[in-house]
Amino acid sequence: MLNTFVDALLLQLGYNATLVAIGAALLGTAAGTAGTFLFLRKRALVSDAVAHATLPGIGLAFIAMALLGADGRNLIGLLAGSAVTAGIGLLLVEWIARRTRLSEDAAIGAVLSVFFGFGIVLLTVIQTMSRGKQAGLESFLLGSTAGMLYQDAIIIALGGALAVLAVIVLRRPMTLVAFDPGYAAATGIDVRRIDLAMMGLVLAVTVIGMKIVGLILVVAMLIIPPVAARFWTERTDQVIVLAGIFGGISGYVGAALSASTPALPTGPIIVLTCFALFAVSLMLAPGRGVLAALLRHRRFQVRVHHRQGLLALARGEPIFDPLTLSVLRRSGLIRKDGVATDAGRAQAAKALRDEKRWEIARQIHHDDTVVGRYDGLTPIETVLTRDEIADIDHRLGGPQPVGEAS
Amino acid sequence: MRNDSTLALRDANASLELAVDGGQALRPEPDETCPLDMRGLTVSYGEKPAVFSVDATFVTGSMTAIVGPNGAGKSTLLKAALGIVTPLSGSVHIFGRTFAESRRRIAYVPQRASVDWDFPTRVIDVVMMGLYGDLGLLRISGKRHRDTVLACLERVGMADFAQRQIGQLSGGQQQRVFLARALAQDADLYLLDEPFAGVDAATEKAIIDVLKQLKAESRTVVCVHHDLATVADYFDHVLLINVRKVAEGPVARAFTAETLQATYGGRLATTHIDQLKLPAA
Repeated sequence: MLNTFVDALLLQLGYNATLVAIGAALLGTAAGTAGTFLFLRKRALVSDAVAHATLPGIGLAFIAMALLGADGRNLIGLLAGSAVTAGIGLLLVEWIARRTRLSEDAAIGAVLSVFFGFGIVLLTVIQTMSRGKQAGLESFLLGSTAGMLYQDAIIIALGGALAVLAVIVLRRPMTLVAFDPGYAAATGIDVRRIDLAMMGLVLAVTVIGMKIVGLILVVAMLIIPPVAARFWTERTDQVIVLAGIFGGISGYVGAALSASTPALPTGPIIVLTCFALFAVSLMLAPGRGVLAALLRHRRFQVRVHHRQGLLALARGEPIFDPLTLSVLRRSGLIRKDGVATDAGRAQAAKALRDEKRWEIARQIHHDDTVVGRYDGLTPIETVLTRDEIADIDHRLGGPQPVGEAS
Repeated sequence: MRNDSTLALRDANASLELAVDGGQALRPEPDETCPLDMRGLTVSYGEKPAVFSVDATFVTGSMTAIVGPNGAGKSTLLKAALGIVTPLSGSVHIFGRTFAESRRRIAYVPQRASVDWDFPTRVIDVVMMGLYGDLGLLRISGKRHRDTVLACLERVGMADFAQRQIGQLSGGQQQRVFLARALAQDADLYLLDEPFAGVDAATEKAIIDVLKQLKAESRTVVCVHHDLATVADYFDHVLLINVRKVAEGPVARAFTAETLQATYGGRLATTHIDQLKLPAA
């Protein structure tokens, strides 16, 4: 299986698999970049309503084309039909949220279920039509890449490229609207129009993604890549680029994985690949990742215990906390039996002296830059100059031996 | 407004008007020398007016505080002036024109709490937003834009923080970044929504210094302000509102015990008013 997978990655697995892999990569890139703004605007779930609202359009387009005597399975026709009902669903969500007292999530729930239900009814009706049996329209629910045509790949490639281009042109206003809609409006940006443009992008990605990933799972391609990308960077531009890369990788690798094993469905495998990238980001990203946060917290905890332990030593207080004891022992500040070493006594005296220096410093300086930094951990040398400390020491008097404090 | 009759201030000065219907007929047409002019402005969320029929004129090179109790419509008034909310009736003229025609001459500093500070952006990127109007189709910023941004950060004392993620800033620093973004717009009219809310003393000083600088450059500054104690120190004009306008004009005339009582009603105890540094009547 590994060999087949490598072959698939290298596009050596035949015409269809190659088309699917490239198409999925392009789709993933477009979805990741367009989805970034959805995520930043905190409107991720609107895409779910849009995606589900495509289904009746597919059914209606099939019926219309069949009645006109054309091939009901024509992809362009089906996509156009799905875009129309998805657009209606989107405008309905917008209208309900703006004109009624219902919140957007209620509007999403209502539109999503009603449109999807209607779509399923249409699909069932089509099943009973003479030409409907082989239509295979239900493949749009979860995607199907078997028998993908060159023409289909071209549609996805063109649509994806247009979506990425639109993101490049609109990225500044879309970023501004997502960050600060009030300010955006005050600089003359039509917030509603930008929001509609953003949702139009999402709609386009949804429609071109249906063939490969399916309308139920295409939401994952819009949302997971930017969420994963957010872990790695603090800059919007980089989130967009990374989300595009993550989406592209998951599309490509997911398609290759499913092509190398006959039993694996393409769309769900792409989504799971995407999730794997998310999981890695969640755990391992420096800064925002879970592991990094745990490490930071642990290091901070050790610093606190180290300091508290030193002060307790200096004041001759007994230490009971096992973590404090182990921190001091590992730094060689106390012996196994809990008695301070020479180094421990010296550092403890320094810690206590710094406390007293801080006390004087807070009496001299009333401004935030000094008082605000007194948190028990910040070394006084990083806040005050050597001369200032010397001045404080002068006021304190000569060096004081350990234990005199209490 | 029951206080209209009890306050004999109406004829004291033409620029000090109590909210009297019909007063607007006497005012001249707004021309391009008037930075901001509101007439009969009414805004409502739902069925209850947040701002009702407010007439107000702002003077070039003045610093005006919009003062009033919570829920008096102060922020709403600003948002209506900026076209962020659509008024139910009335008109707003900015330099004698509509908002859309004058928008490049206006800069807005929203309330700090109105945005998500965990947004993936750095201080320098936020200030750059003030220059979006200047960028070309592909919105690529050049060195000239970067220099402008850094100069604006310098003015509010935040140049050292240019590369920081905005979530790492303190409340006062966030407010200064918002002010720097407005400075980058190089506007003639600055509208600020509670710029001093919840900031430290150093920030308050930095902000007021910048605002006074703007005034010295004969730009017009309008602040929604909640701290009555500093009104007389910081501002030269005041607009008192509580849904309707209560008084407007130079601080010396419009910011008095009577007008404050009329604005705040029983909520502002007389003892509290006595403690304020009110201009000598």
